[in-house]
Amino acid sequence: MSVVERLPRVRTVRGSVIGGLVPWLLPIAIIAIWQVACATGYVSARVLPAPSDVLLAAWKSLRSGELQQNIWVSFWRAAVGFLIGGGIGFALGLANGLSQLSDRLTDTTLQMIRNVPHLAMIPLVILWFGIDEAAKLFLVALGVFFPIYLNTLHGIRTVDPQLIEMGRIYGMGRGELFRRVIFPSALPSIFVGLRFALGIMWLTLIVAETIAASSGLGYMAMQAREFMLIDVVVLSILIYALLGKLADSASRALERLTLSWHPAFQK
Amino acid sequence: MQQSLRVFPSTAEFAPPSVLVEQARIARRKAESASRGLGLTIRGLRKAFGDNEVLRGIDLHIPAGQFVAIVGRSGCGKSTLLRLIAGLETPGDGTISFGESARAEDIRVMFQEPRLLPWARVLDNVEVGLGRNRGLSDANARAEAALAEVGLRDKRAQWPYVLSGGQKQRVALARALVSNPRVLAFDEPLGALDALTRISMQRLLERVWHDQSFTAILVTHDVAEAVALADRVVVIEDGRIAHDVAVDIARPRRRGAADLAALEGTILRHLLSGNDADA
Ligand SMILES: Nc1ncnc2c1ncn2[C@@H]1O[C@H](COP(=O)(O)OP(=O)(O)O)[C@@H](O)[C@H]1O
Ligand SMILES: [Mg+2]
Repeated sequence: MSVVERLPRVRTVRGSVIGGLVPWLLPIAIIAIWQVACATGYVSARVLPAPSDVLLAAWKSLRSGELQQNIWVSFWRAAVGFLIGGGIGFALGLANGLSQLSDRLTDTTLQMIRNVPHLAMIPLVILWFGIDEAAKLFLVALGVFFPIYLNTLHGIRTVDPQLIEMGRIYGMGRGELFRRVIFPSALPSIFVGLRFALGIMWLTLIVAETIAASSGLGYMAMQAREFMLIDVVVLSILIYALLGKLADSASRALERLTLSWHPAFQK
Repeated sequence: MQQSLRVFPSTAEFAPPSVLVEQARIARRKAESASRGLGLTIRGLRKAFGDNEVLRGIDLHIPAGQFVAIVGRSGCGKSTLLRLIAGLETPGDGTISFGESARAEDIRVMFQEPRLLPWARVLDNVEVGLGRNRGLSDANARAEAALAEVGLRDKRAQWPYVLSGGQKQRVALARALVSNPRVLAFDEPLGALDALTRISMQRLLERVWHDQSFTAILVTHDVAEAVALADRVVVIEDGRIAHDVAVDIARPRRRGAADLAALEGTILRHLLSGNDADA
Protein backbone atom coordinates (compact mmCIF):
# COMPACT_ATOMS: atom_id res chain seq x y z
CA MET A 1 0.00 0.00 0.00
CA SER A 2 2.71 2.46 1.00
CA VAL A 3 4.42 2.23 -2.36
CA VAL A 4 1.16 2.96 -4.11
CA GLU A 5 0.61 6.00 -1.94
CA ARG A 6 4.05 7.39 -2.53
CA LEU A 7 3.86 7.20 -6.31
CA PRO A 8 1.53 10.17 -6.91
CA ARG A 9 3.86 12.50 -5.00
CA VAL A 10 6.75 11.67 -7.32
CA ARG A 11 4.44 12.35 -10.22
CA THR A 12 3.32 15.78 -8.97
CA VAL A 13 6.93 16.96 -9.06
CA ARG A 14 7.18 15.80 -12.63
CA GLY A 15 3.81 17.32 -13.44
CA SER A 16 4.69 20.82 -12.22
CA VAL A 17 5.58 23.70 -14.58
CA ILE A 18 9.31 23.12 -14.34
CA GLY A 19 8.77 19.40 -14.83
CA GLY A 20 6.73 20.12 -17.95
CA LEU A 21 9.63 22.01 -19.51
CA VAL A 22 12.15 19.19 -19.12
CA PRO A 23 11.36 17.41 -22.41
CA TRP A 24 11.82 20.70 -24.29
CA LEU A 25 15.28 21.50 -22.92
CA LEU A 26 17.10 19.36 -25.47
CA PRO A 27 15.33 20.67 -28.60
CA ILE A 28 15.82 24.26 -27.40
CA ALA A 29 19.51 23.63 -26.76
CA ILE A 30 19.94 22.05 -30.20
CA ILE A 31 18.29 25.03 -31.90
CA ALA A 32 20.49 27.44 -29.92
CA ILE A 33 23.68 25.59 -30.87
CA TRP A 34 22.49 25.42 -34.48
CA GLN A 35 21.88 29.18 -34.53
CA VAL A 36 25.30 29.92 -33.05
CA ALA A 37 27.04 27.53 -35.46
CA CYS A 38 25.41 29.24 -38.44
CA ALA A 39 25.98 32.79 -37.17
CA THR A 40 29.70 32.18 -36.62
CA GLY A 41 30.01 30.68 -40.09
CA TYR A 42 31.02 27.30 -38.70
CA VAL A 43 28.22 25.79 -40.80
CA SER A 44 27.80 27.18 -44.30
CA ALA A 45 24.35 28.60 -45.13
CA ARG A 46 24.37 26.46 -48.26
CA VAL A 47 24.50 23.30 -46.16
CA LEU A 48 22.10 24.33 -43.42
CA PRO A 49 20.30 27.68 -43.04
CA ALA A 50 20.18 29.27 -39.59
CA PRO A 51 16.97 28.76 -37.59
CA SER A 52 16.31 32.47 -37.95
CA ASP A 53 16.41 32.12 -41.74
CA VAL A 54 14.00 29.23 -41.58
CA LEU A 55 11.67 31.37 -39.47
CA LEU A 56 11.98 34.14 -42.02
CA ALA A 57 11.11 31.73 -44.82
CA ALA A 58 8.10 30.58 -42.81
CA TRP A 59 6.99 34.18 -42.34
CA LYS A 60 7.30 34.97 -46.04
CA SER A 61 5.47 31.83 -47.02
CA LEU A 62 2.73 32.58 -44.49
CA ARG A 63 2.36 36.13 -45.86
CA SER A 64 1.82 34.80 -49.36
CA GLY A 65 -0.67 32.23 -48.02
CA GLU A 66 1.28 29.42 -49.67
CA LEU A 67 2.29 27.73 -46.42
CA GLN A 68 -1.23 27.50 -44.95
CA GLN A 69 -2.49 26.22 -48.29
CA ASN A 70 0.13 23.45 -48.44
CA ILE A 71 -0.25 22.45 -44.81
CA TRP A 72 -4.00 22.26 -45.23
CA VAL A 73 -3.72 20.11 -48.36
CA SER A 74 -1.29 17.73 -46.68
CA PHE A 75 -3.35 17.57 -43.51
CA TRP A 76 -6.50 16.85 -45.49
CA ARG A 77 -4.83 14.01 -47.40
CA ALA A 78 -3.44 12.54 -44.17
CA ALA A 79 -6.77 12.73 -42.37
CA VAL A 80 -8.95 11.37 -45.16
CA GLY A 81 -6.51 8.59 -46.07
CA PHE A 82 -6.22 7.69 -42.40
CA LEU A 83 -9.98 7.58 -41.88
CA ILE A 84 -10.52 5.36 -44.92
CA GLY A 85 -7.65 2.94 -44.30
CA GLY A 86 -7.99 2.98 -40.52
CA GLY A 87 -11.75 2.56 -40.71
CA ILE A 88 -11.53 -0.47 -42.99
CA GLY A 89 -8.68 -1.93 -40.93
CA PHE A 90 -10.60 -1.48 -37.71
CA ALA A 91 -13.78 -2.99 -39.15
CA LEU A 92 -11.95 -6.00 -40.58
CA GLY A 93 -9.98 -6.43 -37.37
CA LEU A 94 -13.22 -6.53 -35.39
CA ALA A 95 -14.91 -8.84 -37.88
CA ASN A 96 -12.01 -11.30 -38.01
CA GLY A 97 -11.53 -11.21 -34.25
CA LEU A 98 -15.19 -11.93 -33.59
CA SER A 99 -16.18 -14.19 -36.47
CA GLN A 100 -14.38 -17.36 -37.44
CA LEU A 101 -15.97 -17.35 -40.85
CA SER A 102 -14.80 -13.85 -41.68
CA ASP A 103 -11.34 -14.69 -40.35
CA ARG A 104 -10.98 -17.81 -42.48
CA LEU A 105 -12.31 -15.97 -45.50
CA THR A 106 -9.99 -12.95 -45.42
CA ASP A 107 -7.05 -13.31 -43.05
CA THR A 108 -4.75 -15.36 -45.30
CA THR A 109 -5.28 -12.94 -48.19
CA LEU A 110 -4.59 -9.96 -45.99
CA GLN A 111 -1.44 -11.52 -44.55
CA MET A 112 -0.21 -12.04 -48.13
CA ILE A 113 -0.86 -8.44 -49.12
CA ARG A 114 0.84 -7.30 -45.94
CA ASN A 115 4.14 -8.63 -47.20
CA VAL A 116 4.15 -6.18 -50.10
CA PRO A 117 5.71 -2.88 -48.91
CA HIS A 118 2.97 -0.40 -49.73
CA LEU A 119 5.45 2.16 -51.11
CA ALA A 120 6.46 -0.41 -53.73
CA MET A 121 3.00 0.18 -55.16
CA ILE A 122 3.82 3.78 -56.13
CA PRO A 123 4.58 3.13 -59.84
CA LEU A 124 1.39 1.13 -60.16
CA VAL A 125 -0.61 3.72 -58.27
CA ILE A 126 0.69 6.48 -60.54
CA LEU A 127 -0.34 4.44 -63.55
CA TRP A 128 -3.78 3.94 -62.09
CA PHE A 129 -4.51 7.36 -60.66
CA GLY A 130 -1.88 9.68 -62.20
CA ILE A 131 -0.86 12.31 -59.67
CA ASP A 132 -4.46 12.77 -58.68
CA GLU A 133 -5.64 13.12 -55.07
CA ALA A 134 -6.84 9.53 -55.23
CA ALA A 135 -3.24 8.31 -55.60
CA LYS A 136 -2.17 9.88 -52.29
CA LEU A 137 -5.31 8.82 -50.45
CA PHE A 138 -4.93 5.26 -51.71
CA LEU A 139 -1.32 5.03 -50.54
CA VAL A 140 -2.00 6.53 -47.12
CA ALA A 141 -5.04 4.32 -46.63
CA LEU A 142 -3.08 1.23 -47.63
CA GLY A 143 -0.20 2.10 -45.30
CA VAL A 144 -2.46 2.85 -42.36
CA PHE A 145 -4.67 -0.19 -42.86
CA PHE A 146 -2.29 -2.91 -41.66
CA PRO A 147 -1.13 -1.62 -38.28
CA ILE A 148 -4.74 -0.87 -37.34
CA TYR A 149 -6.04 -4.18 -38.68
CA LEU A 150 -3.34 -6.31 -37.05
CA ASN A 151 -3.49 -4.63 -33.66
CA THR A 152 -7.28 -4.58 -33.49
CA LEU A 153 -7.31 -8.27 -34.35
CA HIS A 154 -4.59 -9.03 -31.83
CA GLY A 155 -6.40 -7.04 -29.13
CA ILE A 156 -9.61 -8.97 -29.66
CA ARG A 157 -7.94 -12.35 -29.86
CA THR A 158 -6.09 -11.86 -26.60
CA VAL A 159 -9.11 -10.96 -24.47
CA ASP A 160 -8.90 -12.93 -21.23
CA PRO A 161 -11.23 -15.94 -21.71
CA GLN A 162 -11.88 -15.96 -17.97
CA LEU A 163 -13.42 -12.50 -18.26
CA ILE A 164 -15.56 -13.61 -21.16
CA GLU A 165 -16.75 -16.57 -19.15
CA MET A 166 -17.47 -14.24 -16.24
CA GLY A 167 -19.54 -12.04 -18.57
CA ARG A 168 -21.51 -15.03 -19.80
CA ILE A 169 -22.15 -16.24 -16.26
CA TYR A 170 -23.57 -12.85 -15.38
CA GLY A 171 -25.95 -12.96 -18.31
CA MET A 172 -24.28 -10.65 -20.83
CA GLY A 173 -25.56 -11.03 -24.37
CA ARG A 174 -23.31 -10.67 -27.42
CA GLY A 175 -23.65 -6.91 -27.67
CA GLU A 176 -23.09 -6.29 -24.00
CA LEU A 177 -20.16 -8.70 -23.90
CA PHE A 178 -18.55 -6.75 -26.73
CA ARG A 179 -19.23 -3.36 -25.18
CA ARG A 180 -18.31 -4.20 -21.59
CA VAL A 181 -15.59 -6.84 -21.98
CA ILE A 182 -14.12 -7.37 -25.44
CA PHE A 183 -13.75 -3.82 -26.74
CA PRO A 184 -12.31 -2.23 -23.58
CA SER A 185 -9.89 -5.12 -23.31
CA ALA A 186 -8.73 -4.66 -26.92
CA LEU A 187 -8.39 -0.90 -26.59
CA PRO A 188 -4.74 -0.71 -25.43
CA SER A 189 -3.73 -2.84 -28.41
CA ILE A 190 -5.84 -0.74 -30.76
CA PHE A 191 -4.00 2.34 -29.52
CA VAL A 192 -0.66 0.71 -30.29
CA GLY A 193 -1.92 0.22 -33.84
CA LEU A 194 -3.12 3.81 -33.97
CA ARG A 195 0.29 5.19 -33.00
CA PHE A 196 2.07 2.99 -35.54
CA ALA A 197 -0.44 4.02 -38.18
CA LEU A 198 0.09 7.73 -37.51
CA GLY A 199 3.82 7.31 -38.12
CA ILE A 200 3.23 5.42 -41.35
CA MET A 201 0.64 7.98 -42.41
CA TRP A 202 3.15 10.87 -42.42
CA LEU A 203 5.90 8.78 -43.97
CA THR A 204 3.65 7.65 -46.81
CA LEU A 205 2.41 11.13 -47.41
CA ILE A 206 5.90 12.63 -47.58
CA VAL A 207 7.01 10.06 -50.10
CA ALA A 208 3.86 10.32 -52.18
CA GLU A 209 3.90 14.10 -52.23
CA THR A 210 7.56 14.21 -53.12
CA ILE A 211 7.12 11.90 -56.07
CA ALA A 212 3.66 12.61 -57.37
CA ALA A 213 1.96 15.82 -56.37
CA SER A 214 1.31 19.38 -57.42
CA SER A 215 0.57 20.73 -53.94
CA GLY A 216 1.23 19.94 -50.32
CA LEU A 217 4.26 20.07 -48.08
CA GLY A 218 6.24 17.41 -49.94
CA TYR A 219 5.66 19.23 -53.20
CA MET A 220 6.71 22.50 -51.56
CA ALA A 221 9.99 20.90 -50.48
CA MET A 222 10.67 19.48 -53.95
CA GLN A 223 9.97 22.81 -55.63
CA ALA A 224 12.25 24.60 -53.20
CA ARG A 225 14.98 22.09 -53.98
CA GLU A 226 14.74 22.93 -57.66
CA PHE A 227 15.20 26.62 -56.93
CA MET A 228 17.91 25.90 -54.33
CA LEU A 229 15.77 27.43 -51.54
CA ILE A 230 17.35 25.39 -48.76
CA ASP A 231 15.55 27.35 -46.02
CA VAL A 232 12.17 26.31 -47.43
CA VAL A 233 13.35 22.69 -47.69
CA VAL A 234 14.31 22.71 -44.01
CA LEU A 235 11.07 24.48 -43.16
CA SER A 236 8.93 21.79 -44.73
CA ILE A 237 10.90 19.06 -42.99
CA LEU A 238 10.38 20.81 -39.64
CA ILE A 239 6.67 21.17 -40.29
CA TYR A 240 6.41 17.46 -41.00
CA ALA A 241 8.15 16.78 -37.70
CA LEU A 242 5.79 19.16 -35.91
CA LEU A 243 2.67 17.64 -37.45
CA GLY A 244 3.91 14.16 -36.59
CA LYS A 245 4.49 15.21 -33.00
CA LEU A 246 1.05 16.81 -32.88
CA ALA A 247 -0.65 13.64 -34.09
CA ASP A 248 1.29 11.60 -31.57
CA SER A 249 0.39 13.94 -28.71
CA ALA A 250 -3.27 13.83 -29.69
CA SER A 251 -3.30 10.04 -29.67
CA ARG A 252 -1.48 9.98 -26.33
CA ALA A 253 -4.02 12.35 -24.83
CA LEU A 254 -6.85 10.17 -26.12
CA GLU A 255 -5.08 7.15 -24.67
CA ARG A 256 -4.73 8.74 -21.25
CA LEU A 257 -8.37 9.73 -21.34
CA THR A 258 -9.74 6.31 -22.25
CA LEU A 259 -7.22 4.12 -20.44
CA SER A 260 -7.35 5.82 -17.06
CA TRP A 261 -8.16 2.42 -15.56
CA HIS A 262 -4.78 1.08 -16.66
CA PRO A 263 -1.96 1.31 -14.11
CA ALA A 264 0.46 2.27 -16.91
CA PHE A 265 -1.53 5.37 -17.85
CA GLN A 266 -1.79 7.22 -14.56
CA LYS A 267 -1.08 10.95 -14.75
CA MET B 1 -12.94 -4.37 9.23
CA GLN B 2 -16.30 -5.74 8.20
CA GLN B 3 -18.39 -6.18 11.30
CA SER B 4 -19.57 -2.57 11.65
CA LEU B 5 -20.77 -2.17 8.10
CA ARG B 6 -24.17 -3.41 7.10
CA VAL B 7 -26.72 -2.49 4.52
CA PHE B 8 -27.61 1.19 4.32
CA PRO B 9 -30.45 2.08 1.97
CA SER B 10 -29.15 5.07 0.05
CA THR B 11 -32.50 6.89 0.19
CA ALA B 12 -32.35 7.52 3.93
CA GLU B 13 -28.94 9.04 4.49
CA PHE B 14 -30.17 11.43 7.18
CA ALA B 15 -31.67 9.04 9.73
CA PRO B 16 -29.40 7.89 12.59
CA PRO B 17 -27.31 4.92 11.45
CA SER B 18 -28.47 2.55 14.20
CA VAL B 19 -32.07 2.89 13.08
CA LEU B 20 -31.05 2.34 9.49
CA VAL B 21 -29.09 -0.78 10.27
CA GLU B 22 -32.06 -2.24 12.09
CA GLN B 23 -34.45 -1.34 9.26
CA ALA B 24 -32.10 -2.84 6.75
CA ARG B 25 -31.87 -6.06 8.73
CA ILE B 26 -35.62 -6.36 8.92
CA ALA B 27 -35.94 -5.65 5.22
CA ARG B 28 -33.32 -8.26 4.50
CA ARG B 29 -35.06 -10.92 6.61
CA LYS B 30 -38.27 -10.30 4.70
CA ALA B 31 -36.48 -10.57 1.41
CA GLU B 32 -34.75 -13.71 2.59
CA SER B 33 -37.81 -15.56 3.69
CA ALA B 34 -38.92 -15.22 0.07
CA SER B 35 -35.66 -16.59 -1.30
CA ARG B 36 -33.71 -18.97 0.85
CA GLY B 37 -31.11 -21.45 -0.21
CA LEU B 38 -31.86 -23.96 -2.88
CA GLY B 39 -31.26 -27.68 -2.34
CA LEU B 40 -29.72 -29.75 -5.10
CA THR B 41 -29.49 -33.39 -6.01
CA ILE B 42 -26.81 -34.92 -8.20
CA ARG B 43 -27.39 -38.39 -9.60
CA GLY B 44 -24.91 -40.58 -11.47
CA LEU B 45 -22.98 -37.58 -12.72
CA ARG B 46 -20.18 -38.38 -15.17
CA LYS B 47 -17.84 -36.19 -17.13
CA ALA B 48 -14.93 -37.04 -19.38
CA PHE B 49 -12.57 -34.86 -21.39
CA GLY B 50 -11.56 -37.10 -24.29
CA ASP B 51 -10.15 -40.26 -22.73
CA ASN B 52 -9.74 -38.59 -19.39
CA GLU B 53 -12.66 -39.77 -17.24
CA VAL B 54 -12.74 -37.09 -14.59
CA LEU B 55 -16.01 -37.79 -12.80
CA ARG B 56 -17.17 -41.41 -12.74
CA GLY B 57 -20.57 -41.33 -11.11
CA ILE B 58 -21.15 -38.71 -8.43
CA ASP B 59 -24.23 -39.05 -6.22
CA LEU B 60 -24.74 -36.20 -3.82
CA HIS B 61 -27.69 -34.50 -2.16
CA ILE B 62 -27.15 -31.07 -0.68
CA PRO B 63 -30.05 -29.80 1.47
CA ALA B 64 -31.09 -26.16 1.11
CA GLY B 65 -28.88 -23.79 3.07
CA GLN B 66 -26.14 -26.30 3.84
CA PHE B 67 -22.46 -25.32 3.74
CA VAL B 68 -20.61 -28.13 1.97
CA ALA B 69 -16.87 -28.28 1.44
CA ILE B 70 -15.40 -30.40 -1.34
CA VAL B 71 -11.81 -31.54 -0.91
CA GLY B 72 -9.58 -33.83 -2.90
CA ARG B 73 -6.22 -34.00 -4.55
CA SER B 74 -5.31 -31.56 -7.26
CA GLY B 75 -6.76 -32.66 -10.59
CA CYS B 76 -9.39 -34.95 -9.06
CA GLY B 77 -12.22 -33.04 -10.67
CA LYS B 78 -13.38 -30.61 -7.97
CA SER B 79 -13.51 -27.65 -10.32
CA THR B 80 -15.19 -29.76 -12.98
CA LEU B 81 -17.91 -30.73 -10.50
CA LEU B 82 -18.42 -27.10 -9.54
CA ARG B 83 -18.54 -25.98 -13.16
CA LEU B 84 -21.13 -28.65 -13.88
CA ILE B 85 -23.25 -27.44 -10.97
CA ALA B 86 -22.94 -23.86 -12.22
CA GLY B 87 -23.95 -24.93 -15.73
CA LEU B 88 -20.58 -24.01 -17.27
CA GLU B 89 -20.04 -27.57 -18.53
CA THR B 90 -22.52 -30.10 -19.81
CA PRO B 91 -22.65 -33.48 -18.03
CA GLY B 92 -21.52 -36.56 -19.94
CA ASP B 93 -24.17 -38.51 -18.09
CA GLY B 94 -26.38 -38.12 -15.03
CA THR B 95 -28.42 -35.23 -13.72
CA ILE B 96 -28.20 -32.21 -11.48
CA SER B 97 -31.54 -30.99 -10.23
CA PHE B 98 -32.37 -28.10 -7.97
CA GLY B 99 -35.17 -28.18 -5.41
CA GLU B 100 -37.26 -25.68 -7.35
CA SER B 101 -36.82 -24.21 -10.76
CA ALA B 102 -33.69 -22.06 -10.56
CA ARG B 103 -33.19 -18.81 -12.45
CA ALA B 104 -29.75 -17.91 -13.79
CA GLU B 105 -29.20 -15.33 -11.06
CA ASP B 106 -29.99 -17.89 -8.35
CA ILE B 107 -26.69 -19.68 -8.89
CA ARG B 108 -23.43 -17.79 -8.65
CA VAL B 109 -19.79 -18.84 -8.80
CA MET B 110 -16.69 -17.29 -7.31
CA PHE B 111 -13.32 -18.31 -8.70
CA GLN B 112 -9.79 -18.25 -7.41
CA GLU B 113 -9.15 -15.23 -9.63
CA PRO B 114 -11.39 -12.26 -8.87
CA ARG B 115 -12.16 -11.78 -12.59
CA LEU B 116 -13.01 -8.11 -12.15
CA LEU B 117 -13.25 -5.89 -15.21
CA PRO B 118 -10.12 -3.72 -14.91
CA TRP B 119 -11.79 -0.90 -16.86
CA ALA B 120 -14.86 -0.69 -14.64
CA ARG B 121 -14.86 1.02 -11.25
CA VAL B 122 -15.54 -1.11 -8.20
CA LEU B 123 -19.22 -0.22 -8.01
CA ASP B 124 -19.76 -0.94 -11.72
CA ASN B 125 -18.06 -4.29 -11.27
CA VAL B 126 -20.52 -5.15 -8.53
CA GLU B 127 -23.43 -4.04 -10.72
CA VAL B 128 -22.37 -6.62 -13.31
CA GLY B 129 -23.56 -9.21 -10.78
CA LEU B 130 -27.17 -8.10 -11.16
CA GLY B 131 -27.38 -9.96 -14.45
CA ARG B 132 -30.40 -8.93 -16.45
CA ASN B 133 -31.46 -6.48 -13.73
CA ARG B 134 -28.42 -4.27 -14.36
CA GLY B 135 -30.57 -1.67 -16.08
CA LEU B 136 -33.15 -1.26 -13.28
CA SER B 137 -33.26 1.98 -11.33
CA ASP B 138 -32.31 0.38 -8.02
CA ALA B 139 -29.18 -1.26 -9.50
CA ASN B 140 -26.90 1.36 -7.96
CA ALA B 141 -28.38 1.10 -4.50
CA ARG B 142 -28.24 -2.68 -4.54
CA ALA B 143 -24.61 -2.67 -5.64
CA GLU B 144 -23.76 -0.21 -2.86
CA ALA B 145 -25.50 -2.40 -0.31
CA ALA B 146 -23.54 -5.44 -1.47
CA LEU B 147 -20.30 -3.48 -1.24
CA ALA B 148 -21.18 -2.39 2.28
CA GLU B 149 -21.82 -6.04 3.09
CA VAL B 150 -18.19 -6.89 2.33
CA GLY B 151 -16.89 -3.72 3.99
CA LEU B 152 -15.71 -1.92 0.86
CA ARG B 153 -18.22 0.86 0.50
CA ASP B 154 -15.51 3.52 0.56
CA LYS B 155 -13.78 1.91 -2.42
CA ARG B 156 -16.74 2.18 -4.76
CA ALA B 157 -15.19 4.76 -7.08
CA GLN B 158 -11.76 3.10 -7.31
CA TRP B 159 -10.26 1.22 -10.23
CA PRO B 160 -9.64 -2.45 -9.43
CA TYR B 161 -5.87 -2.20 -9.87
CA VAL B 162 -5.49 -0.14 -6.69
CA LEU B 163 -7.07 -2.88 -4.56
CA SER B 164 -5.15 -5.59 -2.74
CA GLY B 165 -5.73 -9.25 -3.59
CA GLY B 166 -8.06 -9.72 -0.62
CA GLN B 167 -10.03 -6.59 -1.48
CA LYS B 168 -10.45 -7.74 -5.07
CA GLN B 169 -11.87 -11.03 -3.84
CA ARG B 170 -14.26 -9.12 -1.60
CA VAL B 171 -15.46 -7.12 -4.60
CA ALA B 172 -15.93 -10.41 -6.47
CA LEU B 173 -17.91 -11.69 -3.47
CA ALA B 174 -20.09 -8.56 -3.51
CA ARG B 175 -20.70 -9.11 -7.21
CA ALA B 176 -21.74 -12.69 -6.54
CA LEU B 177 -23.99 -11.64 -3.63
CA VAL B 178 -25.72 -8.68 -5.23
CA SER B 179 -28.35 -10.77 -7.02
CA ASN B 180 -29.24 -12.57 -3.74
CA PRO B 181 -28.23 -15.99 -5.07
CA ARG B 182 -29.67 -19.15 -3.58
CA VAL B 183 -26.65 -21.29 -4.39
CA LEU B 184 -23.15 -19.89 -4.16
CA ALA B 185 -20.29 -22.06 -5.44
CA PHE B 186 -16.72 -21.17 -4.51
CA ASP B 187 -13.74 -22.59 -6.41
CA GLU B 188 -10.77 -22.12 -4.08
CA PRO B 189 -11.62 -18.43 -3.70
CA LEU B 190 -9.01 -17.88 -1.02
CA GLY B 191 -6.27 -19.98 -2.61
CA ALA B 192 -4.16 -17.01 -3.68
CA LEU B 193 -4.40 -15.01 -0.44
CA ASP B 194 -1.91 -14.73 2.41
CA ALA B 195 -2.66 -16.46 5.70
CA LEU B 196 -4.08 -13.49 7.61
CA THR B 197 -6.23 -12.27 4.72
CA ARG B 198 -7.47 -15.85 4.30
CA ILE B 199 -8.67 -15.99 7.87
CA SER B 200 -10.54 -12.70 7.69
CA MET B 201 -12.05 -13.76 4.34
CA GLN B 202 -13.15 -17.07 5.87
CA ARG B 203 -14.94 -15.14 8.62
CA LEU B 204 -16.55 -12.94 6.00
CA LEU B 205 -17.73 -15.96 4.00
CA GLU B 206 -19.18 -17.56 7.10
CA ARG B 207 -20.92 -14.33 8.06
CA VAL B 208 -22.56 -13.69 4.69
CA TRP B 209 -23.61 -17.33 4.47
CA HIS B 210 -25.15 -17.03 7.94
CA ASP B 211 -26.88 -13.74 7.11
CA GLN B 212 -28.18 -14.69 3.68
CA SER B 213 -28.63 -18.44 4.18
CA PHE B 214 -27.80 -19.50 0.64
CA THR B 215 -26.55 -22.98 -0.09
CA ALA B 216 -22.74 -22.81 -0.09
CA ILE B 217 -20.46 -25.21 -1.98
CA LEU B 218 -16.82 -24.53 -1.27
CA VAL B 219 -14.04 -26.26 -3.15
CA THR B 220 -10.79 -26.00 -1.24
CA HIS B 221 -7.47 -27.79 -0.92
CA ASP B 222 -7.16 -26.61 2.66
CA VAL B 223 -8.74 -29.20 4.97
CA ALA B 224 -8.47 -26.85 7.98
CA GLU B 225 -10.52 -24.31 6.06
CA ALA B 226 -13.07 -26.98 5.13
CA VAL B 227 -13.67 -28.10 8.72
CA ALA B 228 -13.67 -24.53 10.02
CA LEU B 229 -16.42 -23.38 7.65
CA ALA B 230 -18.50 -26.31 6.48
CA ASP B 231 -21.37 -28.37 7.88
CA ARG B 232 -20.07 -31.29 5.88
CA VAL B 233 -16.90 -32.24 4.06
CA VAL B 234 -17.03 -34.35 0.91
CA VAL B 235 -13.83 -36.08 -0.23
CA ILE B 236 -13.51 -36.88 -3.93
CA GLU B 237 -11.21 -39.63 -5.13
CA ASP B 238 -10.95 -41.38 -8.46
CA GLY B 239 -13.93 -39.48 -9.78
CA ARG B 240 -16.24 -40.63 -6.99
CA ILE B 241 -17.20 -39.49 -3.53
CA ALA B 242 -14.88 -41.46 -1.26
CA HIS B 243 -15.91 -39.95 2.09
CA ASP B 244 -18.73 -37.80 3.32
CA VAL B 245 -17.94 -36.40 6.77
CA ALA B 246 -20.39 -34.38 8.87
CA VAL B 247 -18.86 -31.54 10.87
CA ASP B 248 -21.09 -31.45 13.95
CA ILE B 249 -19.24 -28.72 15.75
CA ALA B 250 -21.17 -25.73 17.04
CA ARG B 251 -20.59 -22.27 15.59
CA PRO B 252 -18.89 -19.93 16.15
CA ARG B 253 -15.97 -22.31 15.86
CA ARG B 254 -12.71 -21.49 17.53
CA ARG B 255 -9.72 -21.72 15.24
CA GLY B 256 -7.23 -24.29 16.51
CA ALA B 257 -9.77 -25.98 18.81
CA ALA B 258 -9.02 -29.64 19.56
CA ASP B 259 -12.19 -31.11 18.01
CA LEU B 260 -11.59 -29.23 14.74
CA ALA B 261 -7.99 -30.42 14.66
CA ALA B 262 -9.03 -34.01 15.29
CA LEU B 263 -11.54 -33.93 12.45
CA GLU B 264 -8.98 -32.31 10.18
CA GLY B 265 -6.57 -35.14 11.01
CA THR B 266 -9.16 -37.78 10.14
CA ILE B 267 -9.93 -36.21 6.76
CA LEU B 268 -6.25 -35.74 5.96
CA ARG B 269 -5.66 -39.42 6.70
CA HIS B 270 -8.46 -40.32 4.28
CA LEU B 271 -6.84 -38.17 1.62
CA LEU B 272 -3.36 -39.54 2.19
CA SER B 273 -4.41 -43.20 2.28
CA GLY B 274 -6.13 -42.72 -1.06
CA ASN B 275 -2.89 -41.24 -2.32
CA ASP B 276 -0.82 -44.24 -1.13
CA ALA B 277 -3.19 -46.74 -2.67
CA ASP B 278 -2.72 -44.99 -6.01
CA ALA B 279 1.04 -44.77 -5.80
N1 LIG C 1 -11.75 -28.04 -20.35
C1 LIG C 1 -10.99 -29.14 -20.13
N2 LIG C 1 -10.50 -29.83 -21.17
C2 LIG C 1 -9.73 -30.94 -20.97
N3 LIG C 1 -9.41 -31.43 -19.76
C3 LIG C 1 -9.87 -30.77 -18.67
C4 LIG C 1 -10.67 -29.61 -18.80
N4 LIG C 1 -10.98 -29.16 -17.57
C5 LIG C 1 -10.41 -30.02 -16.71
N5 LIG C 1 -9.73 -30.98 -17.36
C6 LIG C 1 -9.01 -32.11 -16.74
O1 LIG C 1 -9.86 -32.67 -15.79
C7 LIG C 1 -9.13 -33.04 -14.65
C8 LIG C 1 -9.77 -32.43 -13.43
O2 LIG C 1 -9.58 -31.03 -13.48
P1 LIG C 1 -10.18 -30.08 -12.35
O3 LIG C 1 -11.61 -30.32 -12.20
O4 LIG C 1 -9.75 -28.71 -12.69
O5 LIG C 1 -9.39 -30.57 -11.03
P2 LIG C 1 -9.29 -29.91 -9.61
O6 LIG C 1 -10.08 -28.67 -9.60
O7 LIG C 1 -9.78 -30.93 -8.66
O8 LIG C 1 -7.83 -29.64 -9.37
C9 LIG C 1 -7.69 -32.64 -14.88
O9 LIG C 1 -6.98 -33.78 -15.27
C10 LIG C 1 -7.80 -31.65 -15.99
O10 LIG C 1 -6.64 -31.73 -16.79
MG1 LIG D 1 -9.53 -26.66 -9.45
